Amino acid sequence: MSDPSVLIERAKAGDKRALGRLLTLLEELNADNAWILERLSSEGGRAHVVGITGMPGAGKSTLISRLVRAFRDMSYKVAVISIDPTSPISSGSIMGDRLRMQEHATDPGVFIRSVTNRGILGGVSLAALAMIEAFDVMGYDKIIVETVGVGQSETDIMNVADTIVVLTMPGAGDDVQALKAGVFEIGDVYVVNKSDRPDAAKTYEYMLFVAEKEALGRGGSWRPAVVKTSAALGLGIRELAETINRHFSYVLESGEKERRLIARRTHLVRLVAARLLLQSLSEVMEGERERVGKVVRDMRGFYDEAMRIVRLTGKRLVE
Amino acid sequence: MQSPRTTRRIKVLVAKVGLDGHDRGAKVIARALRDAGFEVVYTGLRQTIDQVVAAAIQEDVDIIGINQHEGSHFHIARKLLQKLEESGAGDIPVVMGGSIPLVDVEPLRAMGVKEVFLPGTPIAEIVKRLEEIASERKHLAPRAKG
Amino acid sequence: MADLYSEEAKEEIRRALKKWEEQVLPEWLSRMPEREEQFTTLSGIPLKRIYTPLDLKDHDYLQKLGFPGEYPFTRGIHATMYRARLWTMRMFSGFGGPEETNERLKMLIRAGETGLSLAFDNATLVGVDPDDPLAEGSIGIVGVSVPTLVDMEVVFKDINLGEVTTNMTINPPAPVLLSFYVTVAERQGVPYDKIGGTIQNDPLKEFIAQKTYVFPPEAAVKIAVDVMEWSVKNLPKWNPVSISGYHIREAGATAVQELAFTLADGIEYVRQLRARGMDIDEFAPRLSFFFDSHINFFEEIAKFRAARRMWAKIMKEWFGARKPRSMWMRFHVQTAGCSLYPQQPWINIVRTAIEALAAVLGGCQSLHTNSFDEPFRVPSEFAAKIALRTQQIIAHETGVADVIDPLAGSYFVEWLTDEVEERAWKYIDKIERMGGMLEAVKKGFPQREVEEASYRFQKEVEEKKRIIVGVNEYREEESEDVRKVPLLEFDQQEVERRQIERVRKVRASRDQERWSRALEELERAAERGENVVPYVLRAVKAYATLGEIMGALKRVYGTYAEPPYY
Repeated sequence: MSDPSVLIERAKAGDKRALGRLLTLLEELNADNAWILERLSSEGGRAHVVGITGMPGAGKSTLISRLVRAFRDMSYKVAVISIDPTSPISSGSIMGDRLRMQEHATDPGVFIRSVTNRGILGGVSLAALAMIEAFDVMGYDKIIVETVGVGQSETDIMNVADTIVVLTMPGAGDDVQALKAGVFEIGDVYVVNKSDRPDAAKTYEYMLFVAEKEALGRGGSWRPAVVKTSAALGLGIRELAETINRHFSYVLESGEKERRLIARRTHLVRLVAARLLLQSLSEVMEGERERVGKVVRDMRGFYDEAMRIVRLTGKRLVE
Repeated sequence: MQSPRTTRRIKVLVAKVGLDGHDRGAKVIARALRDAGFEVVYTGLRQTIDQVVAAAIQEDVDIIGINQHEGSHFHIARKLLQKLEESGAGDIPVVMGGSIPLVDVEPLRAMGVKEVFLPGTPIAEIVKRLEEIASERKHLAPRAKG
Repeated sequence: MADLYSEEAKEEIRRALKKWEEQVLPEWLSRMPEREEQFTTLSGIPLKRIYTPLDLKDHDYLQKLGFPGEYPFTRGIHATMYRARLWTMRMFSGFGGPEETNERLKMLIRAGETGLSLAFDNATLVGVDPDDPLAEGSIGIVGVSVPTLVDMEVVFKDINLGEVTTNMTINPPAPVLLSFYVTVAERQGVPYDKIGGTIQNDPLKEFIAQKTYVFPPEAAVKIAVDVMEWSVKNLPKWNPVSISGYHIREAGATAVQELAFTLADGIEYVRQLRARGMDIDEFAPRLSFFFDSHINFFEEIAKFRAARRMWAKIMKEWFGARKPRSMWMRFHVQTAGCSLYPQQPWINIVRTAIEALAAVLGGCQSLHTNSFDEPFRVPSEFAAKIALRTQQIIAHETGVADVIDPLAGSYFVEWLTDEVEERAWKYIDKIERMGGMLEAVKKGFPQREVEEASYRFQKEVEEKKRIIVGVNEYREEESEDVRKVPLLEFDQQEVERRQIERVRKVRASRDQERWSRALEELERAAERGENVVPYVLRAVKAYATLGEIMGALKRVYGTYAEPPYY
């Protein structure tokens, strides 16, 4: 079964093996198989994409596992896209986040897929964006995208999700770094996890303040919500699921859904374009290595050299 | 800047089945394969056969690697291969490693286990063999390999 | 000060050494270059070419060594050591069903073994019954299956529990297995104060290494401390914990990590027991330890000696112990299973012999020697006998047991003992700053350290920085002989069927009313935070199974799954 059309049909009929293979094709998006995504996307746009981000150690995977259970209890079909970091040395990776969610592996209404962040413009890779489109068509109601909790990816998630959930934990409110990183500016729902810890109340108060402040600066009538959970003990999970659903209702009613869908797909096109550009750039650089090597000896004319490379890249692309 | 090419890497599921808690080998292998450029999905301890098969299918891995130190390798192999077949994933090759007596290696292969790695097998050898196994099934895969 | 060398003497040695290094050595080095630029122990401790009195910094004999049976016990915990009584030759055994294990135990007693040691299968180790789906295909393989009181009775059929001591390697289900054992003894007419042996009951190392955890760290420690507290008050001859470095080492830790993490585990248990209002001298004499003996000979000996000295200091100076017995570190040793390989398996006999020798020179109280077929499966009778005979040769033929701590005073051994100790203290400091081992485990600190060390070792082997005979050097095509290694054979499927049948029979034939009340009371007691052991004991007597009792405890305490550490 290697014909993509057959895979699509089988996946629609609930064949997980076919869906798994289809996702692999989408990881390899190229000019020849772009039609697959075209066909899928023409039927999609219905699902609720929930982006979850947060600092390492905040208990993201455990929380997601609990959330999957809560959504399943509400009879939703759930897909999880878990983005794992790539080793900078070998470009290999260990996808360990799945480990936390393996209890759901055999649930017919759950599909968990790990993708690696291949280092292209932010944490949410092109592959993940393409997979969202596939899960959507295959009838998954909730598509949870988990991103690596560091750096660029927090803001990257804005381009992806209908609902952005930002996970914090006690002590995090005092973290100036987190503030600087802009983590606290993007959430639709904030979660204070590990709320069984004694210092949780303070963080909760702080997050309420952050949410309050943000509500002023934003358009629309949604006020960022703050939910206390303890993923380890299973507390506050149902409330979180309900809050996320409430936000989705808002997104649907306010017309925001359409806007976010367009933003997501625009970002996908941008990533495809960026990849093509970088591909050409790499090829051009390879061809011009000797010449560039000479220029950089004394760095004379390096800027013009860079511009020349850009022109060559453009030319190559057009060809 | 990292290479923008989306070279498909070999994706391996490293799993521990049942109650066996000896995870030193599984973890060393997972890390070594990562360092060799593989994509490794690690499921953690105490997995049932059904969970392993579900993970292999959802992740669409190229190879399933079972590490075990308990002595139940025949039982695991038999059930795993059968379950894969039933789930339409009989084409995913299974390799095993761990405390397996030499005399059991041939019978395991005869059952359909693609390769058996005994303790002390150099990682380089394991990597090479997995690459061979993955490329053998290239023609089966719809994916474009880089 | 009882320093062995005066400043003048040292100065003289220093001058002579300098002369040797400048006038003698260079010529040799140019003619015969050394094999390595830097030799290191298996734990990566860099070694010098030669050790002299100059390497013994502040080596106050009385403070650092003293005499056997006296603080700081570096030279041994007993004044007479093996001259009076040899170490206990305690061979870990158990496989299949209770019937098979009962036969094996009786064989070992006939062969001259002096202490029993029970290995349990994976289902028993994590506290599930043989008919649990996760247990399928594993019953009786790595040890004996003991899911009910009836099974324990069969294991010890015709063995008088008042005459043997038994070690039980069991952790989360420790209260259950202890209750099985105590009840069997009781029914044999053996009073509580005659029941001797050890239960491993060390949950912290489960998170670091062995991975047969069930409950989350906090609850796991609470239950283990329940067992310790109950045992100290009811079973005067019983060791209610065996604080284990063995598994930590087998998971890939260095000797220093093994030592440091084991002591830190011990410190945590001591604090927990004291927090229950117990006096240090009431329980400390009952704490016992369990170490690995790996192949790097001198490092292991140094580790054992340092361990004794450090524990004595911790007990005396940190916790104010007064009785010398409280300061004794009594330990069992097992030779390193992870040092054995399936390639040319007979040479494992040699490795084991060397490791056993290190354990004896290190002053262990009891010893298990691995069988050469360990890399394949549970030992055959033939292989187990060779392993036991290895100990008997060391004890009776080599003469190493005739003088106490014979390596003391070796400049190298004393230096290495100090070095291992110093490195271990650094780890302990770090763990103390995290708030103790329970906190460190929750943070994943020792877990990460062990994973790193294990990966480092593997890379060294790959790069042939460490030579392992028959594995990455001196390799051979596997000969037909290897295929003929006589392995233990038993009908596993039959054992599994029999065990499932028995557990079902026990469930069907008990007094259901009494059984459900006992489980109910256990659950309530656990909720109230009481010591669970008396309630477990009552449930066991009402024929509740291992899986049922663990199930009740899981409902109250929850379960644990390991997060990924990378």
